Amino acid sequence: MATAKNEIDFLLHLADNALIIGHRNSEWCGHGPILEQDIAITNIALDYIGQARNLYQHAAELINQHADKIELTQTGKDISLPVTEDSLAYLRDVVEFKNLLITEIPNGDWAQTTLRLFLLSQFQLELFTQLLKHEDAQVAAIAEKSIKEISYHVKWSQDWVLRLGDGTEESKRRMQQAIDAIWAYTGEMFIQPEYATATCLNYAAIQTAWNQKVTAIFEEAGLLIPAKTFVQKGGATGMHTEHLGYILAEMQYLQRAYPNSEW
Amino acid sequence: MEQDFEKIFQDKVDREIRIEPKDWMPEKYRQTLIRQISQHAHSEIIGMLPEGNWITRAPSLRRKAILLAKVQDEAGHGLYLYSAAETLGITRDQMYEQLHTGKAKYSSIFNYPTLSWADMGVIGWLVDGAAIMNQVPLCRTSFGPYARAMVRVCKEESFHQRQGFEILYVLSKGTEAQRRMAQDAINRWWWPSLMMFGPKDDESPNTIQSMKWKIKRFSNDELRQKFVDVCAEQVKVLGFTLPDKDLKWNEERGHYDFGEINWDEFWQVVQGNGPCNKERLDARKKAWEEGAWVRDAALAYANKKAKQKQAAA
Repeated sequence: MATAKNEIDFLLHLADNALIIGHRNSEWCGHGPILEQDIAITNIALDYIGQARNLYQHAAELINQHADKIELTQTGKDISLPVTEDSLAYLRDVVEFKNLLITEIPNGDWAQTTLRLFLLSQFQLELFTQLLKHEDAQVAAIAEKSIKEISYHVKWSQDWVLRLGDGTEESKRRMQQAIDAIWAYTGEMFIQPEYATATCLNYAAIQTAWNQKVTAIFEEAGLLIPAKTFVQKGGATGMHTEHLGYILAEMQYLQRAYPNSEW
Repeated sequence: MEQDFEKIFQDKVDREIRIEPKDWMPEKYRQTLIRQISQHAHSEIIGMLPEGNWITRAPSLRRKAILLAKVQDEAGHGLYLYSAAETLGITRDQMYEQLHTGKAKYSSIFNYPTLSWADMGVIGWLVDGAAIMNQVPLCRTSFGPYARAMVRVCKEESFHQRQGFEILYVLSKGTEAQRRMAQDAINRWWWPSLMMFGPKDDESPNTIQSMKWKIKRFSNDELRQKFVDVCAEQVKVLGFTLPDKDLKWNEERGHYDFGEINWDEFWQVVQGNGPCNKERLDARKKAWEEGAWVRDAALAYANKKAKQKQAAA
């Protein structure tokens, strides 16, 4: 049963990443600096919500299959069987969420938002490419579909890192500030969670590829990687920043205020 | 000479030949279109805000995805419409300037607050429904770029309207609390939706000229009546009511009679005194001002790249 439990937790980890980064990006909708870019970031948010749904749906399927043998959640008293994509997204609390911290920190300005997406989507591209070889065909299929979208997210956000890094003095200063603010949250991406036991995974290789690509783009844009910083970690095991509680309070409000309703 | 041009122009309009950007047109026709199309574009952009208000709180992942797609569509509509207006010799930045200074208006309906999830349903059903009534005839409007933009806008609006009705339909089959939520939203949005068709015909100074130029094809009151007739039937499917004690089928007219609109409220909101006028405009101004450094950087970068390319060639 360890394998099923691990796969479920890993799927929730991926789904939570997609949901929370989707939520953050969606906060820009209607407030972007350029109309075309408002459309782009809203579309990216939509991609992530779509990925989250695919991942939650598959997790729900596995949970329902193995429900008699695994403990659902730590505080899962709200979740009744069969679980659904929505009960997983809307009825788990902060300590049950497994998203990386980098997804939940606030948007900041346009530099911080696009930089965060660049660092995260570059990681996701490497990770999902490995998942194409996952022994569960459904996970491989979700990865294949997601890669098409993530490749665009990488390209779009990378263009912004270059544009702002090599644009005006102000944009360079803001992009460098964003790097300094976010860098501490990048290390967590390469710490393999205990439940990430699929044989196709190789986090060391992800980190190497990520380092090469990020360094190349930063060099092209004239941006500096901070000297050694402490790694902020814990999201993947439920130790979050204070920000996540507010995201969930907002996101889950209707499901909590009007329990057992169809929407 | 001018008179000849005017005659040729009107003759084309009468024969349903589209006017294109490079064709001669009366200055007043150009100005009327710039005013109308930019106002329409601004309405799409401001209209993103009341619905955007619920994206992070949508009650299910499916609803969240649909709402995101819908608000994104509205941004797209704004984009086509700004582009259509630009063919008349005004830039997008000039139009933004007019919006931010209050010179240009946008649909007053978006100055009302979205207080509950049911508002997402009602905005789709009533607000997008009213917009469709106004906009379908615009697919045949005399100015080519506007007409073509409207074809695409209308296709998407009709999807928006259906999804709004479906939100309400699900609420109507839901719990007592959900039904109350939906009825309350209908009560709040019904009258402002009727106001979306604009002032009464005898108080709408631009209508006669716009109809002669075939920018407009039906009068405000004609469209409003058509809308009331449709909604009075649809609300029965939902099992809710419209908040108008005078709403009654009139056999003789073949239409529903309906109560008097509060025109004082309408003009108050148009003049800037609606519940959210300030918030809506402030949000747009903030996005624009805080985005200035981003636009500057994008421009500087593009210039740098163009220069490098030139130097390499």
